[in-house]
Amino acid sequence: MSAIQPPAATVWWKQPLDKVEGTWIGIALVWSLIMFFMMPFWHVYGKQNLSSEAYKTTPQAYMAKTQAMVDQYTVRTETAAQLPVVRPPPGSDVYLLGRLWQWYPLLELEKGQTYRLHISSMDWQHGFSLQPVNINTQILPGYEMVLTITPDTSGEQTIICNEFCGIGHHNMLGKIYVTEGGR
Amino acid sequence: MSNATFRTCPESGLQFHKPAELLMRAHAVVAVVILLIGGIAALLVTLTRWPAIHLLPADRFYQLLTTHGVNMLIFWIISFEIAVLYFCSSTLLRCRLATPKIAWLGFTLMLVGIIVNNAAVASGTASVMMTSYVPMPANPNFYLGLILFAVGALIGCFVFLGTLVIAKDEKTYEGSIPLVTFGALTACIIAVFTIASGAIVLIPTWLWSLGYVNHIDAAMYRIVWWALGHSSQQINVAAHVAVWYAIAAIVFGARPLSEKVSRVAFFLYIAFLQLASAHHLLVDPGLSAEWKIFNTSYAMYLAVLASMVHGLTVPGSIEVAQRAKGLTNGLFEWLRKAPWSNPIFSGMFISLVGFGFIGGISGVVMGTEQINIIIHNTIYVPGHFHATVVIGTTLAFMSLTYFLIPVLFRKQVAFAGLAKWQPYLFGIGMSVFTLAMMGAGTLGVERRHWDMAFTNSALGFEYPASAFTLMGIMGISGVVAILGGAIFILVTVVSVFFGKSVESESSYGIATTRLSRADPVLVPDGGHEAAGKWGFAAPGTFVLALFFLMIFVLYYAVNWKYLASVWPMS
Repeated sequence: MSAIQPPAATVWWKQPLDKVEGTWIGIALVWSLIMFFMMPFWHVYGKQNLSSEAYKTTPQAYMAKTQAMVDQYTVRTETAAQLPVVRPPPGSDVYLLGRLWQWYPLLELEKGQTYRLHISSMDWQHGFSLQPVNINTQILPGYEMVLTITPDTSGEQTIICNEFCGIGHHNMLGKIYVTEGGR
Repeated sequence: MSNATFRTCPESGLQFHKPAELLMRAHAVVAVVILLIGGIAALLVTLTRWPAIHLLPADRFYQLLTTHGVNMLIFWIISFEIAVLYFCSSTLLRCRLATPKIAWLGFTLMLVGIIVNNAAVASGTASVMMTSYVPMPANPNFYLGLILFAVGALIGCFVFLGTLVIAKDEKTYEGSIPLVTFGALTACIIAVFTIASGAIVLIPTWLWSLGYVNHIDAAMYRIVWWALGHSSQQINVAAHVAVWYAIAAIVFGARPLSEKVSRVAFFLYIAFLQLASAHHLLVDPGLSAEWKIFNTSYAMYLAVLASMVHGLTVPGSIEVAQRAKGLTNGLFEWLRKAPWSNPIFSGMFISLVGFGFIGGISGVVMGTEQINIIIHNTIYVPGHFHATVVIGTTLAFMSLTYFLIPVLFRKQVAFAGLAKWQPYLFGIGMSVFTLAMMGAGTLGVERRHWDMAFTNSALGFEYPASAFTLMGIMGISGVVAILGGAIFILVTVVSVFFGKSVESESSYGIATTRLSRADPVLVPDGGHEAAGKWGFAAPGTFVLALFFLMIFVLYYAVNWKYLASVWPMS
């Protein structure tokens, strides 16, 4: 009987599998398992894995930590709004915050060095999208995410907000400048 | 039960319970009106993201993108799905519909919900996107409308389940329910889970927007919201796969290769498909890698396995049916000589191919825990889901509508010549559209973003020229697809409200052979394999499936390679 009618045989589950189905199920199952094990494999052998390190925080507490870093390591300011550019020492904890509609502060990192990059939001949800290298994560208020990153290309990277956050969303940009080592 | 409340369609032999028929018509009509509203929003949004045109101002763009998302992803599809549920229960089981009055209550709640939600968005105080992520606030009526709609849909689900009970009790069929009804039951079970999750997240959020709850945690909101947001799309998958099987049966008289395999595949959906909510949380703070890997893979990709099985068995059953009719030359005569000018078939086949090749592969690739880092929230994401929801679900529903116009509405299909081309215009336009979006997303272009040129930003950023070209291609193909959508609405509305009544199959207005009463194909002597090759009943489909797998493997590998080129992080 066709698919819009009840099955002809009452005991349809004993009908043997057609060879074409059995073969395809076998192939598809093997492929499914390969894809599954690829993820833990990459955690062991791959270099791009998102950390699950995160802390609950508050906008006030996070702002205080960020401002302390800005006060200590600002090297210059940019744009008419005098946004600080911060050059924290390699290996240190770097704080970046997203708020309507700005990433604060601008960062200057050294190529080949590793940093603990903390990110949180002061207000609504934001998206951290680093371009053109293309790294994207979700930024939530009340949560402080920690990424251990090692910039391996020098030059200018732009942080674009890629979670809709209201009418100024499309102007919410930030910068990470990566300088050649030893400068 | 008096026979007076039933009508038997003389051509298809389908038996309609009159109260059920009225409800199906009402839900289908509301669905198409919503599709029109969502479609107008689609046009304006597309023309804004097409960089050379950049039509709307920013506030209107975000408002209409919200309108488009909510109407298309929730209201259009679930409204149509309730009609499908009633068809698959009452009509296919030749049974009276359970509690028609309560079903009308469900319909009314859904309609009121649609109006309340749309009014909130139209007022400009709820431009929060479909996801309405807290703590960005919306007009309370935005959430209220969704809640009312969900309650109405839940009532529809229980009317469906009640009808199954009545059919069993009144013995309107023997043995097991048909495969298509089984698929609809799968969709219904997923829908109940989905709507319950929606209630858990939206009711507190509504109270929060009214000031009765003072804090909603952003991370918790996302976890529970996506049990609504993603699972609602899994209802679609189950429903449109059921529609594929139905159309294979309607047009070809195809029978499932094996009931067991197809039903187990549906069961895998029930067991594992909802885990995919995790796809949206792969780069969220605080979730462990183990949690992400297990859930994003739907427990070792068992739900992907199910889709790959349906992807073989639906065309495979068509191949077997065609071979049994003597189209046995080579691997693909059965496909070449399929009724390509019948929009019921062509739409369904394009839906299947587009869903698998574009939507399926991209979905699995971007749902891989680490690969999501290079894709999350770029325009790749809407590229993916337009392939699943628009080419997959919407086009499948459009195809079914061409069958329902004469059979359910008893009207001739108007503009039959246009209808013949509609699935191609819509399906191919949408395919190019989705591929262009995926290309642009790979170059880092963001979704839900008004200005990819960042003209008003103090800092500025320039995408490569190729990203602008791809967004232009997206604009052009988007307009082509919308034209296809407009033709569908024109055909449907003119047929249903102004069309001529049908007297017999010859007056359906659609050039098809064996439109609706294709007899079930009998097993040829020596079994299905006798008409196939290599001992396979459907060798042509098997070759197509291997081709699909090859593309899948290559694209998967390319994305890992791309991921390996970004900054090391841990």
